[in-house]
Amino acid sequence: MSVTLKTRQVGDVTIVDAAGRITLGEGSSALRDTIRDLTSKGSKKIMLNLGEISYIDSSGIGELVSSFTTVANAGGSLKLLNLTKRVQDLLQITKLYTVFEVFDDEAAALKSFS
Amino acid sequence: MVGSSSQVLSLDFRWCANILSGFARARDWAASNELNMGSFDRGSVVALDTFLESSLESVDQAEEKVSTIALSIGFPEEEVFRLGMAVREAMVNAVVHGNRYSANKRVHFVIGRSERAIEIKISDEGIGFHPEAQPDPTAQENLLRQSGRGIMLIRAFVDEFVVQPGQPGGTEVILRKVLPLEDS
Repeated sequence: MSVTLKTRQVGDVTIVDAAGRITLGEGSSALRDTIRDLTSKGSKKIMLNLGEISYIDSSGIGELVSSFTTVANAGGSLKLLNLTKRVQDLLQITKLYTVFEVFDDEAAALKSFS
Repeated sequence: MVGSSSQVLSLDFRWCANILSGFARARDWAASNELNMGSFDRGSVVALDTFLESSLESVDQAEEKVSTIALSIGFPEEEVFRLGMAVREAMVNAVVHGNRYSANKRVHFVIGRSERAIEIKISDEGIGFHPEAQPDPTAQENLLRQSGRGIMLIRAFVDEFVVQPGQPGGTEVILRKVLPLEDS
């Protein structure tokens, strides 16, 4: 099983609802393509909802970082929403909690963009 | 009668030589296998010894096999998940960085098990690897690097992790995880 990515718009914030596995191969490349597509179309406020992500490996984490950088270089910001305990642990181990803004409430996350 | 005795003795000697030769072959095989087990604990028995293709499918297979055996030993689900993840990272290193997806190179994959531990040995046919030369992915200047976190995750998820030159070449890694003691 790879990853499914669905986008929705709430005001000027683009929410990407991800489900499945973000691992080396299809999953990580799908995320990369989606973020690049959004930034090329001018999206500057992107929230990545990882509530349904069951598995992410170091390549997947690398793509999160790459996505963060891509959006930042385009003058925007990418934030994370609804991390599972496993993904939280990974971000703690990799010290990436100091890089990403993480939320467990969508309303609060949306408000943070304004 | 002397001739008959000589023939009997000759036959006995040949028979003995064959037996001794067999013992020698068995001894050499045992020593070879012990060497091949690397630093596996002496209490471990080999649960799986196979060669895998250098592909992402092999990464999935390896993770699945380890998870199955770890569950049978009695590892809790969360520890099985962490171990599976560590094996996945090690396999990706072997397939992607060691063997570079080459169809001509394989990954030697061995699982050893004991009553309370599981050991996994993964060997590639690459040019070798020096973990001490890898930059620290948690250093501030490296946090936004896209890659380089695999080894760190392996170390976080297993109890022992060894990286050593493979035989005859490449890199060999050994991951070992011990069943956690039950809370008293």
